[in-house]
Amino acid sequence: MSSLYESRRQTNVIATMLAWGAALFGLSWLLLILGSLIYEGVRGLSLDVFTQTTPPPGSVGGLLNAIAGSLVMTVIGVLIGAPLGMLAGTYLAEYGRFTKLATVVRFINDILLSAPSIVIGLFVYEVMVHPMGHFSAISGAVALALLVVPVVLRTTEDMLLLVPGSMREAASALGAPRAMVISKVAYRAARAGLVTGVLLAIARVSGETAPLLFTALNNQFWSSDLNAPMASLPVVIFQFALSPYKDWQQLAWTGALLITITVLTLSIVARTFSAGRRK
Amino acid sequence: MSSVSSTKSDPSIKVDVRGLDFYYGGHHALKSINLSLLSKKVTSFIGPSGCGKSTLLRILNRMYDLYPGQRAEGEVLLDGENILDPAIDLNALRARVGMVFQKPTPFPMSIYDNIAFGIKLYENLPRAELDVRVEEALRGAALWNEVKDKLQMSGLGLSGGQQQRLCIARSVAVQPDIILFDEPCSALDPISTAKIEELIEELETQYTIAIVTHNMQQAVRVSDYTAFMYLGELVEFGKTDDVFNTPKEKRTLDYITGRFG
Repeated sequence: MSSLYESRRQTNVIATMLAWGAALFGLSWLLLILGSLIYEGVRGLSLDVFTQTTPPPGSVGGLLNAIAGSLVMTVIGVLIGAPLGMLAGTYLAEYGRFTKLATVVRFINDILLSAPSIVIGLFVYEVMVHPMGHFSAISGAVALALLVVPVVLRTTEDMLLLVPGSMREAASALGAPRAMVISKVAYRAARAGLVTGVLLAIARVSGETAPLLFTALNNQFWSSDLNAPMASLPVVIFQFALSPYKDWQQLAWTGALLITITVLTLSIVARTFSAGRRK
Repeated sequence: MSSVSSTKSDPSIKVDVRGLDFYYGGHHALKSINLSLLSKKVTSFIGPSGCGKSTLLRILNRMYDLYPGQRAEGEVLLDGENILDPAIDLNALRARVGMVFQKPTPFPMSIYDNIAFGIKLYENLPRAELDVRVEEALRGAALWNEVKDKLQMSGLGLSGGQQQRLCIARSVAVQPDIILFDEPCSALDPISTAKIEELIEELETQYTIAIVTHNMQQAVRVSDYTAFMYLGELVEFGKTDDVFNTPKEKRTLDYITGRFG
């Protein structure tokens, strides 16, 4: 009896140590990455980063056009992708809940969700960039939208499925038509989750490089023309980090820091939202 | 199916259920049910779990229509009109037949908006009139005095018993003819239960009421008529006093004396 207890105690100690070790190992790499990013990135932070466009090698400049480009394309991408994803997610969770079509859509969405983003980039290149004959910001936004759709669709469906059926029954029992039950009651009950889904989608696309390389490409100058190539933080980082120029490499570090801070902030806001839901 | 004029036999019959069968897919859940709900009376449905009493209740407002694979056969006449007719306007039907559920189901909005939600579905009232209607409904559900100072507070912040009365107020606000109660007190403590029962007796003066309950004392206390159901059949239906004091069927006697169920 006591020897069985003793061996169990030892197993427990070993398992606990292994778990601690694995956690520390994983965490240390993460901290190393974050640490070097902050160390290298902060050095390049200055007002110029936000007020000047990307420079030729050897001269002073910033990331203004890349930051603006990222903002523009992300905003347009989310404006296109989030409503589509929400409507499709609503179909899956509400109207199509018991249908075959919903099963098929859900399956395809899961594939889309895990598809490499470079495939999305190539696809948009084929259907937009190639026929148009040139790279453009709008095709970059569409590529991002295609990445937003499956994320928002999934979270919308999941969050609506968490709304108890009794809530829908209660609204229906008052004589509320289906659309009203969904828009006034189900959406409201799932509101925090729906917002979280959109925030996570923004976080997901704001660091994407591959789909933009094939669509919006890059632009060394300020451009607000959606029909022309446009700079973005990830692509500028990609280009500058691989360059031999020290000042370009520095801007790449700083850009990477900016994206990381943005994504981190979005994640924290999203978490606060979903924590508020549980109250 | 039937014309309104030929079936207007007894004006006090509000709902007339005739030869009703119900199926959950292949499962035959209700077997040729015949009974009537009388206008402005309380009818209770008792019987062991799974006997079909909630199913019957959910037919009266066609709630089963929300789910696939469920179908009803026969006739359910509401003021002479067959509500099982596929052509019937479900939302209009549900406006006339309100329902209060087992668990309180306040919507995730303010107390005021919980009540206003139903009213706004049918009427476009100026704010002042809406305020009056909300107050009336809350008074009707004996909740006004407890919530009048916190109408903008979330309905989810109320106690269970208050939430249930909020749900009753929400149903009353739509001004239905009939209110269906599906075990409205099973999640409540005895004091809240007493309040709901008191409320049901007040509502009886204006509404036709059907209540499903597992609590036989409750059936005796609140209802004028009682239907005892067992395995999808209506075993006995009559005045509550008769059903509980001089049941005609042995199965009824066994159930109300606690020998099974």
